[in-house]
Amino acid sequence: MRTAFIRMGNITVVGLKSIARNKMRSLLTALGVVIGVACVIVSVAIGAGVASSVSEMINSLGSNFIMIMPGASTQSGARMFTGSSTLTEEDAEAIKREATAVAYVSPQLRTTGQIVAGELNWSTQIQGVGIDWPNIRAWNVKDGAFFSEGDIRAGAKVAVLGATVADSLFPNGDSVGSIIRVKNVPFKVLGVLEKKGGSMMGSDQDDMIVAPYTTVQKRLMGQQRFGMIIASAASAEQVQEAQDQIDALLRQRHRIPPGGDADFMMRSQEEMAQASAQQAELMGNLLLGIAIVSLFVGGIGIMNIMLVSVTERTREIGIRMAIGARGKHVLLQFLFEAVTLSVLGGLIGVLLGIGVARAFARFMKWPIVISPTAIVVAFVVAASVGIFFGFYPARKASRLDPIDALRYE
Amino acid sequence: MAPPVIEIHQLTKVYHLGEVEVRALDGVDLRVETGDFVAIMGPSGSGKSTLMNIIGCLDRPTAGTYVLDGADVSQLSRDQRAIIRNAKIGFVFQSFNLLPRTSSMENVELPLLYGDLALSKRQRHEKAKTALHHVGLAGREGNYPSQLSGGQQQRVAIARALVTDPAILLADEPTGNLDSRTSTEIMGIFQELNDEGKTVVLITHESDIAQHAKRVVHVKDGRIQQDERITQERVVRERVGSSQ
Repeated sequence: MRTAFIRMGNITVVGLKSIARNKMRSLLTALGVVIGVACVIVSVAIGAGVASSVSEMINSLGSNFIMIMPGASTQSGARMFTGSSTLTEEDAEAIKREATAVAYVSPQLRTTGQIVAGELNWSTQIQGVGIDWPNIRAWNVKDGAFFSEGDIRAGAKVAVLGATVADSLFPNGDSVGSIIRVKNVPFKVLGVLEKKGGSMMGSDQDDMIVAPYTTVQKRLMGQQRFGMIIASAASAEQVQEAQDQIDALLRQRHRIPPGGDADFMMRSQEEMAQASAQQAELMGNLLLGIAIVSLFVGGIGIMNIMLVSVTERTREIGIRMAIGARGKHVLLQFLFEAVTLSVLGGLIGVLLGIGVARAFARFMKWPIVISPTAIVVAFVVAASVGIFFGFYPARKASRLDPIDALRYE
Repeated sequence: MAPPVIEIHQLTKVYHLGEVEVRALDGVDLRVETGDFVAIMGPSGSGKSTLMNIIGCLDRPTAGTYVLDGADVSQLSRDQRAIIRNAKIGFVFQSFNLLPRTSSMENVELPLLYGDLALSKRQRHEKAKTALHHVGLAGREGNYPSQLSGGQQQRVAIARALVTDPAILLADEPTGNLDSRTSTEIMGIFQELNDEGKTVVLITHESDIAQHAKRVVHVKDGRIQQDERITQERVVRERVGSSQ
């Protein structure tokens, strides 16, 4: 046993020495695998980062979340808030009154503007919402209080600040009770929201303020209809029921016959999660395809160079055989070289991949998640590539005739 | 008297080149006693290379027997022959055949890596160093072949052949790539090793090189034509190994 182990050790030493002797060629040979593995690591890191931030964002919407958007806009929600919305305040009130499976309802409109507090100013998003908004979004007030039903009815000039806005305008933390000017309209700060963190692709969810929707309509936007209605079902089991009730109610209110095209559309949190999961899966499969192709190409590169190497080193093989190397010694030497090259390539590829992924995160602000599983898998695959593509050249070397090999020029 | 180290009986080697049958060896009988120094001579195409390949266990005879150091090796498999080559034969080639970009030390250690003995790294080093000393290359352990002269390279090759303490040294035109003065030096090393008891088989086509041996066997047309003892062998006075 000990003897066998030592002999095996000798062969690996032989292989390592050959690689060390041909540093440049070894590096170039491994380049295919380096690039392949680095590609895998980077794309998996970006894919996983996007997937995790999408699901984080969707979860941060609050539980049992339902979004009702004006229907003309099936492609993109964001463009709808101006002008032609089909949803009204009465629609929101009717949902709250009649849809029994719905726990909370709030209109939501958005605008952007410059906010001034004392000598500081900050450009941010202003959301006009109802009093149910903190419950729907599961987003609580940290300091102070949220506005009341009375503030809504009165169209009071009050606001609650997102954490980022509060930090920017009131570095000393004395925001509650202060007066800010939003598009030159003075608002009283009632409270500050909890920090929620970044969302997909690095945008900051805390960079906004909320105010009563009535105030935003009258004072800031001058429009009666609003962009969308958000709601939450009473429980997770009642999400579908709530959607059915809202659908029936809005069809009735908008006089749309059953089966006709609705002028609104609805999305539940679950549907959004499913859609993004599908997207992530598609992306994952695509990346897997790229990974397989690049590692296959890397493997062919190794096979090619190993074949060249066997031809080039025919004489060396002859010498080794003449002084007593058996077939398995030569086979193992070349196989070990191929595997070492591919594993070395894998190692460099992993490091390069992590570096490039980090660079993406740093300079392009992309969310990345470096997955240990991807690293291990890429590594194992790289080694297997070496064994698979190294076997044929190694066997070819081991079957050379020592007399011919010694005579080879 | 000790049994012969090489005992060849009715050795035949036939090659088939398409339709043509070439009898490279045609019934060769040869005995080499332990401690002898035999030169095998013959023009090209005489069959001496084929004979060398079979003596060196690189090839198998078509017919006949070959007993090396007491064991019949005429019908062994590839791997079995590799084991025999490693343990019992020390090759020295015309073109030195050292591994490039590999130090003298590592070149000499090479046969030990394939051996059956489980030698430690230290033991391998020790043996390689001793062998290099033996051929007068102490202090050249770290040199690469490209940093050595032809004569020095051939000495490294001889050290590599010696390191496993083989039953025979098999030298195939060992002076073919060397000038006459270096050739004499190398022949001196072989004579010295022979004096110490090593059996040496030398393949050459130069008669003055063959004169360094104790016995010359002439091969022609696949047969042994003449087998003579040299009464007055050419002795190289300058003994390189011990004098340096």
